[in-house]
Amino acid sequence: MQLISCPWCGPREEAEYHYGGQAHVAYPHEVGALSDADWAHYLFFRDNPRGPFAERWVHAAGCRRWFNAVRDTGTHEILAVYRIGEPQPELGRQASR
Amino acid sequence: MTRLPTGGLIDRTTVLSFTFDGRPYAGHPGDTLASALLANGVHRVATSVNRGRPRGIMAAGVEEASALVQLEAPFPEPMLSATTIELYEGLVARGLPGRGTLADRPDPGRYDAMHVHCDVLVVGAGPAGLMAALTAARAGSRVALVDDQPMVGGSLLGTRGELSDWSASVLAELTSTPEVLVLSRTTAFGYYDDGFVLALQKRTDHLGAAAPDNAARQRIWRIRAKQVILATGAHERPVVFADNDRPGVMLAQAGRTYLNRYGVLAGNRIVVFTTNDSAYVAAVELAEAGAEVTVVDPRTDLAPFWAAECARVGIAVRPGHLVTGTTGEERVTGVHLAAYPSGGASATVHCDLLLVSGGWNPTVHLFSQAGGKLEYDAELGAFLPVAGLPGAGVLGAGVLGVRVSGAAAGAVSLADCLAGGAAEAVAALSDLGVAARPVASPPVGTDRVETAGLVLWAAPVEISLDGSDLSDTRFVDLQRDATVSDVLRATGAGLRSVEHVKRYTTIGTAHDQGKTSGLIASGITADALGVDIADLGTTTFRPPYTSVSFAALAGRDRGAIFDPVRVTAIHPWHIEHGAQFEDVGQWKRPLCYPRRTASGGLEDLPAVVARETRAARTGVAMMDGSTLGKINVQGVDAGEFLDRIYTNIISTLKPGFVRYAVMCGMDGMILDDGTVMRVADTEFVLTTTTGNAAKVLDWLEELAQTEWPDLRVHLTSVTEQWATIPVVGPLSRQVIAAVAPALDVSNEAFGFMTWRSAKIVGIEARICRISFSGELAYEVNVPSWYGIAVWQALFDAGQPYGITPYGTETMHVLRAEKGYPIIGQDTDGTVTPQDLGMSWVVSKKKLDFVGKRSFSRTENQRPDRKHLVGLLPVDRSVLLDEGAQVLADDDVSQLPVAMLGHVTSSYRSVALGGTFGLALVRSGRDRIGERLFAWQDGEVVPVTVTGPVLYDQEGARRDG
Repeated sequence: MQLISCPWCGPREEAEYHYGGQAHVAYPHEVGALSDADWAHYLFFRDNPRGPFAERWVHAAGCRRWFNAVRDTGTHEILAVYRIGEPQPELGRQASR
Repeated sequence: MTRLPTGGLIDRTTVLSFTFDGRPYAGHPGDTLASALLANGVHRVATSVNRGRPRGIMAAGVEEASALVQLEAPFPEPMLSATTIELYEGLVARGLPGRGTLADRPDPGRYDAMHVHCDVLVVGAGPAGLMAALTAARAGSRVALVDDQPMVGGSLLGTRGELSDWSASVLAELTSTPEVLVLSRTTAFGYYDDGFVLALQKRTDHLGAAAPDNAARQRIWRIRAKQVILATGAHERPVVFADNDRPGVMLAQAGRTYLNRYGVLAGNRIVVFTTNDSAYVAAVELAEAGAEVTVVDPRTDLAPFWAAECARVGIAVRPGHLVTGTTGEERVTGVHLAAYPSGGASATVHCDLLLVSGGWNPTVHLFSQAGGKLEYDAELGAFLPVAGLPGAGVLGAGVLGVRVSGAAAGAVSLADCLAGGAAEAVAALSDLGVAARPVASPPVGTDRVETAGLVLWAAPVEISLDGSDLSDTRFVDLQRDATVSDVLRATGAGLRSVEHVKRYTTIGTAHDQGKTSGLIASGITADALGVDIADLGTTTFRPPYTSVSFAALAGRDRGAIFDPVRVTAIHPWHIEHGAQFEDVGQWKRPLCYPRRTASGGLEDLPAVVARETRAARTGVAMMDGSTLGKINVQGVDAGEFLDRIYTNIISTLKPGFVRYAVMCGMDGMILDDGTVMRVADTEFVLTTTTGNAAKVLDWLEELAQTEWPDLRVHLTSVTEQWATIPVVGPLSRQVIAAVAPALDVSNEAFGFMTWRSAKIVGIEARICRISFSGELAYEVNVPSWYGIAVWQALFDAGQPYGITPYGTETMHVLRAEKGYPIIGQDTDGTVTPQDLGMSWVVSKKKLDFVGKRSFSRTENQRPDRKHLVGLLPVDRSVLLDEGAQVLADDDVSQLPVAMLGHVTSSYRSVALGGTFGLALVRSGRDRIGERLFAWQDGEVVPVTVTGPVLYDQEGARRDG
């Protein structure tokens, strides 16, 4: 049971959270001008890196706020959490082992 | 008698009677079932799973791989180790052949869970653990100390009372220190990230039938620790040789423990086969207790101290020899010796107990689960925790704050264990910013280990390298009946990984999870492959460390509170009036209200539904719709928000009006539908389908927070705050007029898709003119507190009109007759509003909304998408199966046949004079009037395709 720090509530057990997929996937401008392929890319294609990955999480059984987290997908280590609208923090440590 | 007249930590003043394999025996408090059996001379306690060989007791703790028993009283419990069952009065058990029997009745035991937060968790109350806990406690930290035994001391319990006074004084100090929690009979069985450790406490098992009914039998402790110190000790490992599974073959430390802790001399003629110095103390103590002891040691450079001790007590020592096999059936009667390393057979020695020591395996399970790395130590022949862990000190690296001390860290001498425990506590406290000094170790004797051990996995014998020796009796894993030949067969088959060898041979997969066999299997595999065991490694240590029952894991979350049962405010009325219920998610909803028939029985479901639907279509009927999800949306941007959520326009809705609306995902597939009521300029109430309420709220919150944080909108679930009562049928207006005399109920004043406030029996109600049946209908919403009062008032007012309560089955028939889809029944996440024939609900004016772009995908424009249509069986008495495939052709002789879709809803209808269904059918709207076929029960059922609306197609009935 990992501890995840909610930017609003502090460290809570992971069971209180729901995962929300990749962060910073912006809704496209002028969706009507997109090709079907580009729209499908927005809808369904997500990165899957090994190492630090910016993700959306929601403190579903707590304050119900969405926030962003940078998680190392190789170690599950949460490297940073930050509120919606805040920029992704620069991280000194970039690669997983 | 094998119980000595004195000695041991047992209470000889109390006699406990118990039954094993049908025979009565006696023991004492402080005994385990295993020690009590040995005290009664019972060595054979079980039978091996595959080969049916007699098996005995090989250990004195959780590492026991052989003596599996089934408890029969007071409550049946299978697959327990005789070495871990504390004896109690009236215990009934039998030995198992590797498989037990589950109880055939509910477990009356209670189980619960406790949460603990601490600065330092110490696992193991042996010398190292006690020193660690004491150091941390004296520093004022919040400490939890867990240990699986009923008393502290760990390995000291197997000695002649070594440091017993000190252990008692430490325990007394710990238990009297505030903020220190000492849990005995508690096994930490898993490490689960960030200092989270689960432990199982057996609270009343040792009391048997005397256990109080009101006490939880077992408890799961959920411990969150800032620092964890593992002082889990080590397990002795055997050496493998032929017929090493006979009753009376035991680990050396176990023989010593039975002697010193339980006062049991497990044999009179004892051979101690050891590859290291640690077993000599057992040999000497057993000899001093009166046994005739022979030591067999493959080493020739024996430690002078132990050579002298053996000479002193009259132990014959056979250096340069090893045990290659045994004789005996029900119990070992002798051992075969061979010279080492030359291999020549030399002698047979008679014995009734064979003690074996091949060295010690540090108990690194929790450390390994925490992500700690292990490294092979060639001198000890064991994998040790790596000191200076990679990533230690880095947040979240998995092993932050996990330390290992004592024998678990590879310490051999008692002095090192004591000092190590204190030192690790100081280091842990230092990481917490607490300056602490190690407590002083109690004085102990000199370190006697003087000669390096020999690492030996299996006694070398002639073996066929193709591993085809099925008669092999060199057991690596006793519980799995897996032998050296099985390992060689695995490597012969090309397996190169210990993980694969484990799965091929099943070694290490039994209840003991290979505590004594795993490393030996790695060693034999490494030798067979000609690789270094340091490179080959071990199999993964996975939780749980010891068996944990599902009952304990479930705790209180059983039966009715496993999943909450939700009932509406009106539920008691439904029960009083004989409703039959169905589960809709967590909700209990009335399915129907059967009446007594003339013959005294109850109406069957078709009869009830016929009566209830007839009332709704021709008179008046009412139902409890309170389970509908309801979401209150407030804020100056609420209208804009809902415009983006729903496919149709909501912001133009005026207060006092209601609109049907559909929401889709970004992919354009329908998520949910419902009504939107505008309460005020800045307030709406949405309804959702019963099962989707939480999901829809989640979705709206996600969009509000992540996509449109600029919109000022707030969302609140009000599902439980409102009771909802649809009053349905051509006579519903009279009922509403009767209960709300101040309300103008005329169609002109109170039209379709509007809502009004009115008082019903003094309760402020919101009444909506909406209909899920096509009939004139009023949906009455009142605060839940008044739900049952208002329901009763409506029911009373409806009596002159024969008002009939109806359930979900009638609701379904009514809505399906009108072609109203149920999201999640008539749709499945691949269905668009257009597929349902509801293009009218999709705005063409709005620039964008969730899902809009997806509607124009080429794929969405295909003419052969599946459409919602009605199906009328040609034989109107045949009820279609929901889920039945729809075929174009009745010729099914050549399979496969093309499938056009499937039946989504199917009912019998009084109004339609027969059965009917709804279906998703490829190009369905282009097939209206066509003959298709439903495939069910191995037959084709001819059906006619219709539009989805089968009743009142012109909508003439909604205004009454």
